[in-house]
Amino acid sequence: MRADLELIYDWIAPDTHVLDLGCGDGTLLAALARDKQVTGYGLEIDPDGIASCLRQGVSVLEQNLDDGLGNFDDDACDLVIMTQALQALRRPDIMLDEMLRVAPECIIAFPNFAYWKHRLHLSLRGRMPVSRSLPHAWYDTPNIHLSTFKDFAGLCRQKGVTIVDEAVGSANHEGHWSSRRWPNLFGETAIFRVRRGI
Amino acid sequence: MSASFPSDSVGLVTPQTATFESPLALACGKTLERFELVFETYGTLNAERSNAVLICHALSGHHHAAGYHSATDRKPGWWDAYIGPGKAIDTNRFFVISLNNLGGCHGSTGPASVNPATGHPWGPTFPVMTVADWVHSQARLADRLGIERFAAVVGGSLGGMQAMQWSIAYPERVANVATIAATPRLSAQNIAFNEVARQAIRSDPDFFVGWYAEREAIPKLGLKLARMIGHITYLSEHSMGSRFGRDLRSDQLNFGYDVEFQVESYLRHQGDTFSTSFDANTYLLMTKALDYFDPAGEHGGDLAAALAPVECPYLVISFTTDWRFAPARSQELVTALVRAGKRVSYVNVDSSHGHDAFLLPNEQYESVFSSFMQRIDGDLERGHRQKGATR
Repeated sequence: MRADLELIYDWIAPDTHVLDLGCGDGTLLAALARDKQVTGYGLEIDPDGIASCLRQGVSVLEQNLDDGLGNFDDDACDLVIMTQALQALRRPDIMLDEMLRVAPECIIAFPNFAYWKHRLHLSLRGRMPVSRSLPHAWYDTPNIHLSTFKDFAGLCRQKGVTIVDEAVGSANHEGHWSSRRWPNLFGETAIFRVRRGI
Repeated sequence: MSASFPSDSVGLVTPQTATFESPLALACGKTLERFELVFETYGTLNAERSNAVLICHALSGHHHAAGYHSATDRKPGWWDAYIGPGKAIDTNRFFVISLNNLGGCHGSTGPASVNPATGHPWGPTFPVMTVADWVHSQARLADRLGIERFAAVVGGSLGGMQAMQWSIAYPERVANVATIAATPRLSAQNIAFNEVARQAIRSDPDFFVGWYAEREAIPKLGLKLARMIGHITYLSEHSMGSRFGRDLRSDQLNFGYDVEFQVESYLRHQGDTFSTSFDANTYLLMTKALDYFDPAGEHGGDLAAALAPVECPYLVISFTTDWRFAPARSQELVTALVRAGKRVSYVNVDSSHGHDAFLLPNEQYESVFSSFMQRIDGDLERGHRQKGATR
């Protein structure tokens, strides 16, 4: 499993009813259902991802996140998960409101633009960073709202959303003291667990 | 002989008839004292009797869903694209049952059958059927075949409504449901189209208020019109446009009312073929069953409440250009299932073929449908292994 998914997997309690926004091939939901009796739905638009979900028995709905979550009632779930999708949304701030309407708690993972390699790339080469967490060129990237670890924490403060937990990860499971101490600089992927209200 | 059929075909199939002598109470208040159902099966029922899949047919469908009735058949059954060895409903894995519904005109008891009480054909006195009535009759067939629980109940359009009804009426007897290009209820526009079709039939001078068989007449004109209207709603504007455009049959305008545009020729041909192969009373009855279907109706319009008994996972598929039962109708069903806390997957398949897309080959549709069925097959396998281990 991808490193950020593994961390999220550990954070989720048994019997939770979840909504996974951009659930990909359904790896996380399938593992949670198998090991922790977690129920819920994944939203995905990639046909291969959807087929993979169906083969694993993951309930998957073809739904574009930019169309909102209007088909889910207030407090429809215990938890909303969104990994590697925040930066591709038209309005990440509105989505955060929507997520916290549908569930009291959310887990959000996204590439940290302030990661030192990205900073180095931009400052030394003077060009938009391309890395393993941001593999696209500036002209064809789906990532239209890149942000940093600090940016997201700021948005939560501004919205009066409580940060319950925060972590940073890298694409290949390495944990290092430096990323815990200076997450905005050494974290490749930012992961937040947030709660409605203060 | 089988060498003449494609290798992914179920090959030669023979319909069977099941006769039921105990009465079936119907939603309209009447009772069918006895009835017959014609059906076909493909594949083999496993020892646990757990791999049966029920296929429910649409408005003008019947039991012949896959394979061929004779070596000289030009076309296979109506859903051959998705039923067969290695296909989405893999007959190497599943035992498939496909029947002709009550009230039909392909061998099951219907308006053309003899009413035992009078000794004459039922004609227009054949009871108006509902989707729920059909599902009860299908459950009788399942009993007869020794199937306690279906691995899946599957259907497109009106067939999808039957699959829905199964999960509501017999939740313990369905392990999975797939509803394709269906709707939880007809819209006013849908009912309006059905009513025009019915009026076309009923106003045909050869209809004789349904007693045309006694007069040795067939309301061909009415049936033809009904089919032409229906057919327009099965296609998309795009598919009609790309297929016929404004093409003329000859290279000039004739300033008359004979067939001039290719689309006119096509519709007339469709109508003509249908008018000699389908029964008018059956058509009326099937359109009524469509109009009446509304599980939410008994729950004050609350579809989620109607779906409360559902126990199994759903697969809901719609098609982007279907305007008869538009994607929004499937999404209503999905939202209600989510609201009711049920397991459901949904895909809106990209197709230019309108409502008819559910019958046609399509890579994405095939992938979604196959993946769902493979998971069901996997569940069965796992179930057997666990049973074996505890023995």
